[in-house]
Amino acid sequence: MTNDTHIPAPVSDDVKTLSAELAEPLAAELGLSPKEYEGVVATQGRLPSLTELYVYSLMWSEHCSYKHSKKQLRAFSSTGKHVLQGPGENAGVISVGDGWAVAFKMESHNHPSAIEPFQGAATGVGGIVRDIFTMGARPVAILDSLRFGTLDKPRQRYLFDGSVAGIGAYGNCLGVPTVGGEVYFDAAYEGNCLINAMAIGLMREEELTRAVGSGPGNHVVLIGSSTGRDGIGGASVLASQEFDEAAEDKRPAVQVGDPFEEKLLIEVCLELLKAGKLVALGDLGAAGLTSSASEMASRGGVGIDIDVRKIPQREDGMQPFEIMVSESQERMLAVVAPEDLDEVARRCARWGVACSPIGRITDTGRFVVRDSDLPAGLDIVADMPAEMLASSAPEYDPAMSRPSWLDELHEHPLDFVYATAAGGNSGGDDGGVGDGGVDDATDGAGAPFNAALRALLTSPNICSRAWIWRQYDHQVQNNTVVLPGADAAVLRIGDTGRGEVGTRGIAASTDCNGRYCYLDPWTGAQIALAEGMRNLACVGAEPAAITDCLNFGNPEKPEVFYCFSQAVEGLASACRHFGIPVISGNVSFYNESFGNAIYPTPTVGIVGIIEDIAKVATSSFKQAGDTIILVGETLDELGGSEYLCVTHGLVAGRPPSLDLKLEGDVQAAVREAVRAGLLESAHDCSEGGLAIALAECCVQGGIGAAVVLDDGLPQVSSLFAESQSRIVVSVADAGVEPFIDLLVAHAVPYSVIGETGGDRLVVEGALNMPLERMRALYEDTLEDLVTRR
Amino acid sequence: MGTQGCRFGVVVFPGSNCEQDVISALRHLGLEASYVWHQDTDLSGYDALVLPGGFSYGDYLRCGAVARFSPVMEEVVRFAGAGRPVIGICNGFQVLTEARLLPGALIRNRRLKFICAPVPLRVEKSVCTWLDLPEGTVLTLPINHNEGNYTCDDHTLAELVEGGQVVLRYCLPDGTRPPGGCAPNGSLDDIAGICNAAGNVFGLMPHPERAVDGISGCTDGAGFFSAVVASAREVVGR
Repeated sequence: MTNDTHIPAPVSDDVKTLSAELAEPLAAELGLSPKEYEGVVATQGRLPSLTELYVYSLMWSEHCSYKHSKKQLRAFSSTGKHVLQGPGENAGVISVGDGWAVAFKMESHNHPSAIEPFQGAATGVGGIVRDIFTMGARPVAILDSLRFGTLDKPRQRYLFDGSVAGIGAYGNCLGVPTVGGEVYFDAAYEGNCLINAMAIGLMREEELTRAVGSGPGNHVVLIGSSTGRDGIGGASVLASQEFDEAAEDKRPAVQVGDPFEEKLLIEVCLELLKAGKLVALGDLGAAGLTSSASEMASRGGVGIDIDVRKIPQREDGMQPFEIMVSESQERMLAVVAPEDLDEVARRCARWGVACSPIGRITDTGRFVVRDSDLPAGLDIVADMPAEMLASSAPEYDPAMSRPSWLDELHEHPLDFVYATAAGGNSGGDDGGVGDGGVDDATDGAGAPFNAALRALLTSPNICSRAWIWRQYDHQVQNNTVVLPGADAAVLRIGDTGRGEVGTRGIAASTDCNGRYCYLDPWTGAQIALAEGMRNLACVGAEPAAITDCLNFGNPEKPEVFYCFSQAVEGLASACRHFGIPVISGNVSFYNESFGNAIYPTPTVGIVGIIEDIAKVATSSFKQAGDTIILVGETLDELGGSEYLCVTHGLVAGRPPSLDLKLEGDVQAAVREAVRAGLLESAHDCSEGGLAIALAECCVQGGIGAAVVLDDGLPQVSSLFAESQSRIVVSVADAGVEPFIDLLVAHAVPYSVIGETGGDRLVVEGALNMPLERMRALYEDTLEDLVTRR
Repeated sequence: MGTQGCRFGVVVFPGSNCEQDVISALRHLGLEASYVWHQDTDLSGYDALVLPGGFSYGDYLRCGAVARFSPVMEEVVRFAGAGRPVIGICNGFQVLTEARLLPGALIRNRRLKFICAPVPLRVEKSVCTWLDLPEGTVLTLPINHNEGNYTCDDHTLAELVEGGQVVLRYCLPDGTRPPGGCAPNGSLDDIAGICNAAGNVFGLMPHPERAVDGISGCTDGAGFFSAVVASAREVVGR
């Protein structure tokens, strides 16, 4: 939306503009199309200066302007009873009760991480955490959603190992616990790993701060690190283009993180906000000062006037455009009233943080950049309408076409799967998996699917993630109620060591099965939301809002854009069905290498509310003798399953179907039961199906189970179909009747499938495996794969 | 339990990040505790000091090597010299070794990976005045570090062992130690915590403050701090 009053027509005559002969090729080099370049000239009313051209190229890059996705994103609803701040700010904010508010957002740092995984992932964490404390919230949790190629490739091991180390190094130093996340490995991500980082912050509702510049005459103050040439062009060079052979040459465009500086920034900024010394606060992320200053001015309908020579610089001889587009990390932009400037400087000095007044807020609506090294009168190097710059980027309506591969995948015959699986239904057979069944003598007889279970337990997409989260401080701040490895992370709400700590909590999860989205982007995106909500239901949380990180290939390719559009519509419609607002998010396009796009990966980060943290459930079986109940219903759905991929190397079929009504009912019943304390454990059935869900409950609890499956389906489907809307629960004797009453009241299908106990998982006629064996397979796999030489 | 007579100061260096957890643990136990900024040099209001975990000055150099030069440290050395209780947890332990209040050093974990996990620890018979739990008590406490691999020369190790300065060792859940050692970080002689010869300065890598209010399922830290208080009172009473 433009506001004409903010576009003064007269433009400074003093600005040294480029000649058309210079400007046009440079515009092209900076990624502006000829049409966009014309738009720059029209907006300026003249040819641009060098600095102006750089600024426009960044602000109108895909990364900053969402020019290809804006139209689709309008499908998301961002209002709801909990919402205090929707999209458009650094992060969305919801109210979580008792006067507490939670800010959260997820963002991608895919391209930098694919070039330099440690720093790429580290600065991804740094960037998203800044978005959180910018809002006035203390960062209390980090979650990471990661995708890599398969670990048999040395480079993929390097990317995975490096990214995990980078996330840990940054988050651990900050003292913000990394409490959850997810990781998948698939060849589709080989050229483009995905690093999506989500941060959550906590504040009192009245502490909510916005990055809205105001008060002409107020100082514009840069707080934090000095500015260098690192990360120049990060947003335009890395995030808005496909990768090719030259990717390694882009390493200098990756920023280097300094988590210590960021830790100081968290403390000093929260202290300044609490003391009421900041009029506005924004962070410098993609496109650095350019984006931060122009957005702050445009949100407030004011102008901003900056002198680049007042900005502390890391190196000599930096040109104004370099200073303006630098993506040096750990910098914040604040607006400070003149009478508070000394106090701000004093508090920054106490923390050892640099604080430099670099300009003023003006009433002109213009974003003016000066270089005071130049003679007075000739010192303006850029003069642009802030509003137009920030919000008038071109908007595209990219062409779409339904990919032909969808039909091929859907029609791929899967009958042979039943034949091979059933072919050897006798003790000791390998159930279609070629390791010869050597272990079955010890694992137990009459268990034709033992080998398949072993293959799934050691699948990198299923096995324990402990190797990852042991490298993350997941307990600092002492509010982590449910540790990583559970369906959802649970955090106590409280200001440890400073203020009140209560009995309420929040739960969070990140989810997306890219394989489902590849097979059907609409349904896959809906399942991402449904699974996130289900994970919350398992711990007893009521979903409140989501953030999303939409990772796709090149939007200029009609087939890619079709998938994007389908995923957004599917997700938006599911959100509307459940009344879940989307309060923040991020789009990452151009995740392609050598023309191959990643799986469509619309990652959902969800946050829910827990009334009483004493009443949460976890996934592990708790004691022998409990009744095991499958809530929901298994269907004959092997399409897109991990079983299909692991045992047949096949990604095909349709993903599991999703019935939104049933999904809601299953969640409501389980959530109510958890809150009433009726359940001993609750665990979502997802990749690997019921067999893996049961195995995880057993391994995590150190307790076996005896199960009989009588659903009338082929055994392979009963065990491994990934049908949605299913939760495995265990219930102590006293809880069985009231829980079943609850299921009946919610009209939810269920089956009583067995009992906990013993030291094996036995599924009659199908599986029989000792706990210790399952544990070893499940827990040792990831480390073995990464450290393989 | 009254709180008179034992006021805890929790030292905050730039980059400390467990100070609020220590404060909340102490207050949870009904104790008086407040923050001490690293530039403060007046410690007269405190009966016991805690140097908390975190990444002081980013730990970009050796861990704790910069913090050791903070203005407060000269006073901490004096405080310790007067026989008053000083405890360093994790990064605080590293700072104490850098300040030479404790011998040895903490280097990168054996497998070069950060480790955050609950581990069993065995209370040894020691001269530590902080901890009066019976020898052989097994505590489960979380460790959370990248540089917790304790090392020192043979002579120092012999002194530590003979002088009863080894306070905590990593062990198996039943309290035993296998011949090859069982420290997850590769620590020499499975050492997880040591004290000075006088017994009033104690450094340990595990985080007892994370296991006080039971939020993550473990309360072994509460017993730990209760023992601390009892002995701190005794010191103060002397």
